[in-house]
Amino acid sequence: MYRDHPERIRALVQEDRVHRDLYLSEELFGLEQEQFFANTWQFMGHASQVPGAGDYVAQEIAGRPLVMVRQADGSIRVLANRCAHKGTQLVSDPCGNTGKFFRCPYHAWTYRLDGSPLAVPIKAGYEGTRMAQCESGQGMAPVRHVAVHRDFVFVRLADEGPAFEDYFGEVLRAIDNMVDRSPQGRLAVAGGVLRNVIQCNWKMYLENINDTVHPLSTHESATRAAQALWAGHAPDEPKPMAMEQILPFGAGYEFFDQMGARVLPHGHSVLGTRFSIHSGYAQVPEYEAAMREAHGDERAAEILQRSPQNAVLFPSLSVKGSPQAIRVIRPLAADRTLVEAWAFRAEGAPELLAQRSMNYNRLVFSPMSVVAHDDVHLFESIQRGLRAPGNEWVSLHRGHRSGEFGGDQPQQAQDTNGTNELLMRNQFRAWAQFMTLHMEAAA
Amino acid sequence: MNEFTEIGLCDFVAREAALLDDGRWDDWLALFADDGHYWVPLLGRAQHDPHSHNSIAYEDRLMLQLRVDRLKDPRAHSQHPASRCQHVLQNSRVEQLDTQAGSATLRTPFLYIEARGEQQILLAGSYHHVLARTPDGPRIQLKRIDLLGAERALPAVQLFI
Repeated sequence: MYRDHPERIRALVQEDRVHRDLYLSEELFGLEQEQFFANTWQFMGHASQVPGAGDYVAQEIAGRPLVMVRQADGSIRVLANRCAHKGTQLVSDPCGNTGKFFRCPYHAWTYRLDGSPLAVPIKAGYEGTRMAQCESGQGMAPVRHVAVHRDFVFVRLADEGPAFEDYFGEVLRAIDNMVDRSPQGRLAVAGGVLRNVIQCNWKMYLENINDTVHPLSTHESATRAAQALWAGHAPDEPKPMAMEQILPFGAGYEFFDQMGARVLPHGHSVLGTRFSIHSGYAQVPEYEAAMREAHGDERAAEILQRSPQNAVLFPSLSVKGSPQAIRVIRPLAADRTLVEAWAFRAEGAPELLAQRSMNYNRLVFSPMSVVAHDDVHLFESIQRGLRAPGNEWVSLHRGHRSGEFGGDQPQQAQDTNGTNELLMRNQFRAWAQFMTLHMEAAA
Repeated sequence: MNEFTEIGLCDFVAREAALLDDGRWDDWLALFADDGHYWVPLLGRAQHDPHSHNSIAYEDRLMLQLRVDRLKDPRAHSQHPASRCQHVLQNSRVEQLDTQAGSATLRTPFLYIEARGEQQILLAGSYHHVLARTPDGPRIQLKRIDLLGAERALPAVQLFI
């Protein structure tokens, strides 16, 4: 129905609503794996995961098994995790060190860390064959478009497409802010990755990251329990970290509306440009002193004052500068999504900050999180409810204005209020753009 | 059966699980010492402590109370329909018992089944209970839950393993 029909795909995204097939269609998911996730830049991993030569992390992107590996010269490459011979995965642990080369356990074909072929046993057997000229003789296929921005590693699988800086643009400042929160300008992945599997389409999760109207009703039970337990304490009394982090979820509509948002081309956004639920965390004088020492008074204040709710690096990454945590969205099927929560340790910062990051992820993004339980239930509920007949469209009307992206002119960054669904409309507009980027209509 | 003996402590662990299966959250919570913790390490049995690595859960009494209070709230949306659980315990092994100091540790392999609507999840692992003697009977200083495959992607686990 959709293959070779880019016009049908574009018609699924109207100015103020999207068709339910975006969430339900297996065919569209297949095309996303082939087109959309290949044309856009995906978060692969973090350089701190592979500190030494030969260190690797295996990760599937868009259904393709890849391996990110540190080279002897310190650079990072991403290769197909597939033996050129029969297709065996060259590494099967999620991470490790491969030594000076990759070696296939099946027939002992070996590859250098850059993927180039090294040796094959009883090589004479290939003499006079076409092996060296065809793909099987070329080694592990490298991902040609890899970008490392302040240790965050991204890949673009398609040969053609937007360059890294052009694609992300201003939203990279969200990564910069998180990294600048280290007095030494360096982050390291801290304390593992919390991994959740949710029976919903990935877009539902991603748009919820920009949904500020849901917390009051969705998280009512968790915030009410927290408020009741903390009742009777003075507002300025130091709170246990978990209380400090959960109570702001009960903020009212006005708070979320006033926090402000910035909408950027290619689906990216920053929610909470003025303040967020993360703005009220206790100050840490020793840390602030280290920041002033590293950056100067003015710059340190500028970095620390900025704590957006979420910056979305469309479509795979969501960043919280404070508490230095990211979520990675790894789509598995039309109705199945893996969501990872990563914490960071900011080098040169007190341990408290790393604890804050891990605590936040555990509280809000763990499979046992009382906050996430209600989100996950509702995503899975939507995934079922959308199948009901009568209305094939999902509303994104809140705050909509015709021509809001500038009509035929190139899209500019724009600031808006925190509850405007412009942030979601922007994601879907980019979805249609990159889904059909290389599609040609059937003759 | 509140005695601080091998038999009394093994029985305590079995009763603790039974309270959860019966949904008696308040009675269950009362088994924790004031400074008690409920801990599900992200690395399972390999994890040394709750701070150098993250955990799936690491709750003090305050946060356990929050969980219990939420479960009773009719607007705990994820509890429509409600989850029920079944703990299937293997015999506890007393690893350490100091009757003089009033402290003990037990290890208990388990299967945990959580059912909700048409869905059911199955987890396996072992508990590590650190118990302390009080005038009211044994109290939980630490209930550590070492899951098999704790690092894999998990669906929502809504009650108490």
